[in-house]
Amino acid sequence: MSVMQHDLSLLDIEAIVIGASAGAIASLTQLLPPLGPDYPLPILVTVHVPPDQPSSIPSLLQAKCRVTIKEAEDKEFICPGTVYFAPPDYHVLVEKDRSLSLSNEEPVSYARPSIDVLFESAADVYGKTLLALILSGANHDGARGSRSVLKAGGIVLVQLPESAAARVMPEATLAACPDARAMSLSDINQLLASREPRES
Amino acid sequence: MTPDTTLSTEDIELRLFLEAMYSRYHYDFREYSKASLKRRLLLACERMGFPSLSALQGQLLHDDTMLPQLLSYLTVQVSDMFRDPGYFRAIREHVIPHLKTYPSLKVWVAGCSSGEELYSLAILFREEGLEEKTMFYATDINGAALAKAEAGVYDLQRIALFTRNHRLSGGTGSLSEYYNAAYGAACFDKTLRRRTVFSDHSLASDSVFAELHLVSCRNVLIYFDRPLQDRAVGLFKDALVRNGFLGIGARESLRFNAHAKAFREFLPVERIYQKRSDL
Repeated sequence: MSVMQHDLSLLDIEAIVIGASAGAIASLTQLLPPLGPDYPLPILVTVHVPPDQPSSIPSLLQAKCRVTIKEAEDKEFICPGTVYFAPPDYHVLVEKDRSLSLSNEEPVSYARPSIDVLFESAADVYGKTLLALILSGANHDGARGSRSVLKAGGIVLVQLPESAAARVMPEATLAACPDARAMSLSDINQLLASREPRES
Repeated sequence: MTPDTTLSTEDIELRLFLEAMYSRYHYDFREYSKASLKRRLLLACERMGFPSLSALQGQLLHDDTMLPQLLSYLTVQVSDMFRDPGYFRAIREHVIPHLKTYPSLKVWVAGCSSGEELYSLAILFREEGLEEKTMFYATDINGAALAKAEAGVYDLQRIALFTRNHRLSGGTGSLSEYYNAAYGAACFDKTLRRRTVFSDHSLASDSVFAELHLVSCRNVLIYFDRPLQDRAVGLFKDALVRNGFLGIGARESLRFNAHAKAFREFLPVERIYQKRSDL
């Protein structure tokens, strides 16, 4: 593990949110497949996808992953070891009872689903037990939401801009959030692995 | 005493705001999905220059002119004509043949907002030759949205999308037959709403008002929490005739609903349900 993350612990983390747009698949394909089937944390993902066609990302990733991957359904309860993707044309929000809500309200930063909407609502519910990851992307969505995560006491990690297919989103978040840290995907992999259940 | 920190100040303010709204104006948002509601109300605070929900609540209680503005934040008004064309194609191809067997029809567009879906169905029913024997009910809690629905005037820039959706939905004619364009607006043929009753109706507090053959309520339930979703679908169940149809939004389902067993999945992909005949 690199020096910079020694002080970082995911011990208190209860949920992970991820935001990405252009270049998302490459980054997620590195992050998600190593996770074991009993990974104890839920993962909520917003990727910018076109509004008028089904997204192929969940099935594409499910073929490579051991955690369960699905599209978020309205009012379903959040389960560990499950990755929930925001469906095309709907925002996903976290409710206090730790269920998910879909919303059709206006696009935010031209995006629906919007990363900011997911992150802000998740920060409100999970507070300091939330880990947010900003991956490759070509716009500023996620920067405001990342600020909310940090303000609530959570952790924000950003894919190293030079390693991202599109660096605008990581750079925008780093610029907006002095407390966000840039990290390589392999370092993030190691960090996520620290929460794998111990083999018995 | 030490303050109770199990609820954030904002969450307490939200609860009090919704109580104030209900006590003063009888608009009941208390069982709406809180995450989205909170987001939109904080946006209202930001845009209207209030430092907190408490401050906004004070103004709401003392100034009646705030209500319409706030309703536009509290209710989400996002729709397009023939939105999700597959839904309308499914109604045209699979639901209409059933509806043709009835001597007269009643259709409810619940949560009609500014009317895009009502006009879509009115056009579809005209194209399928059912308009003359159908009564439409278009309801919403937002008076300003209902007035827009009744006017049937939409920004001309939206017409390209409406036209594309109409064609994809299996529309038999050209959408341009149904509106006049002038001054940047498309004004829809008023005969399309000749058989429509526009009315204020709340799924949170009002009851069944007619016996219906088709209820279309799309992207409304997602703004409700589970108990209110149960109430709304219960209303639809009670209002529908046996074998009547219920259409909901592309990402909504009855899976977690208390009345799920009263319906069968008629066309699951398009989220069209049919009330069971043995009820």
